Amino acid sequence: MLKAHDAKQIPQKSTGLPHEAGIAEQVMRKPSYLNVFLTFAKNSMIRDMSFRMNFILQCISSLSWAAMNYGLFKIIYQFSDSIGRRTGWGESEFFIFLGTIWIINSLIQTFFMANATEFSEMIRTGNLDFALLKPIDTQFLISFPRVNWAQLANAFLGLAVIIFYENELLHDPDKQMNFTIWSVPAFIFFVLCGTVVMYSVMITLAATSIWMGRNQNLHNFWFYITNFYRYPMEIYERGIGWALWGTFTFVIPILVVSNVPARVLAQPMGGHWGIWDWTLASISVVAAAGSLVASRWVFRMALKSYRSASS
Amino acid sequence: MYASRWYDRATMWWTFFQISINERLVYRLDFVIGTLMRFLPTMTQIFLWWAIFDSISTPGSADSVAGPDGEIAGFSFGDMIAYYLLVIISRAFSSMPGLTTGIANQVRNGEVKKFLIQPVDMLGCLLVQRIAHKLVYYLIASLPFALVFWMAGSFFVNGWPPADVTFVFVVSLLLSFLLGFYLEACIGLISFWFLEVTSLTFIYMLLTFLLSGHMFPLELLPARPIDLRGFVEFLPFQYLAYFPAAVFLGKVQGPGMWNGLATEVIWVLTFMLLSRVLWKRGIKRYSGFGG
Repeated sequence: MLKAHDAKQIPQKSTGLPHEAGIAEQVMRKPSYLNVFLTFAKNSMIRDMSFRMNFILQCISSLSWAAMNYGLFKIIYQFSDSIGRRTGWGESEFFIFLGTIWIINSLIQTFFMANATEFSEMIRTGNLDFALLKPIDTQFLISFPRVNWAQLANAFLGLAVIIFYENELLHDPDKQMNFTIWSVPAFIFFVLCGTVVMYSVMITLAATSIWMGRNQNLHNFWFYITNFYRYPMEIYERGIGWALWGTFTFVIPILVVSNVPARVLAQPMGGHWGIWDWTLASISVVAAAGSLVASRWVFRMALKSYRSASS
Repeated sequence: MYASRWYDRATMWWTFFQISINERLVYRLDFVIGTLMRFLPTMTQIFLWWAIFDSISTPGSADSVAGPDGEIAGFSFGDMIAYYLLVIISRAFSSMPGLTTGIANQVRNGEVKKFLIQPVDMLGCLLVQRIAHKLVYYLIASLPFALVFWMAGSFFVNGWPPADVTFVFVVSLLLSFLLGFYLEACIGLISFWFLEVTSLTFIYMLLTFLLSGHMFPLELLPARPIDLRGFVEFLPFQYLAYFPAAVFLGKVQGPGMWNGLATEVIWVLTFMLLSRVLWKRGIKRYSGFGG
């Protein structure tokens, strides 16, 4: 889009054939993905700012959703000092976990949620045709056009909560924390890995609308899936919970998404990472790469089955 | 003459009813998957509360047959899970997905005009539509519901309640359907005054989730420093989820139960009346453009 705009400016400076060759060259050139994304982000920001009241209300409502969750666990910790016996998820540790969830959720909702829903809708209405015609990777084009800036509020709230409770933990003489200069970059890295996994799950789900005709349940399904990763994985370690634990650690690794970054900062069982923590961390990295490849494959398969919906 | 008019009326509503039922059956697969998925959060709830009760119970009791023996605000572990399951039933009656935004859209894009020129009442039409949708829902959902409740039978420590309690439970569920419908209809009708009600809808959804007891039993709400527990007693929201479940579990008993039911009837009538007033006033304000 930027390119087209630039091309229009050129005639004022020069005339004649050389400039036309320039346009041809520009059309042939590969699009700059970064510039396209920045344009998307800017346009979304302009759109959000033209409905400012709505933007503020959206921020408030997503913040109050987080506040309600915080309240529930504040109440629970009035009755109990840990979630699960000897799991190490005390109040401060758990709120770091919660903050991590808010950050990942908010990244997903800011960058992908509206786009995945829109993708489903494009399939149903046949508008996907127009996306397919554009000279840019289709998965990129449908993944990023709308950035929902208001949803980013929760990421900042999560960050604030994490900083507050990390500080509590570091000043608690009873806790043996192993907080080093690497903790923060490691946290950011694993949050990004987690976001990639969640993005892949979401785009895969959205792509299934091509086969199902309509996928109204995308939002619901998202809500239900995130339900499983919202809590420390230790809670599933009993009875039939082990089945869930196994499924969501190894098959659809969404428990890893939230637990690995949270464990980097909260360190529920003390500072030193055992073999299990390293295993989880490697699953997280492998899952991020693997799920991205898998989602790309599903996406392409789905596109092959796409037959437009226009009359 | 008079009789045939009533007959016409009845046929009209019956047709609406049939259309709505068929409408719901179009995307069956989507629908069945949606119903089954509704129970997934309950599974996490079970494990979350299991872990919480584990840390306040006698060591080892959490993995015994009887389950953890601790209590939170008068709720045993079994009560807590039974509560969440019953709340799903309450919400199956009282939740009205898309009603508010549906009304708002009709007002905004002018579709509401058809109710001004045709001898059809908008709220009545929507109500018939909802009844049809709910009936289809219960028809398809009753099997998974029965399965889940059968599997979760052991959480219902006290078994099936006595006849009068069952009666109040069922009536309060039916009333919660009406309350949910008229409450959301009122919010939708506000769009005659403010065209954009999406944010309002979301805030309503959040409030309902918390204040109706859908998120957790209202007993957990703190009484100090602000008496939130007492405060929600004065609001209609608790009848959308908490009240039927609490009645079933014997958390609300005797006169309190009957008073609650009476209050629910009053709330239903209030919002029924309010929706009529909003509609009357709204269409006076309304101006439709275009054809």
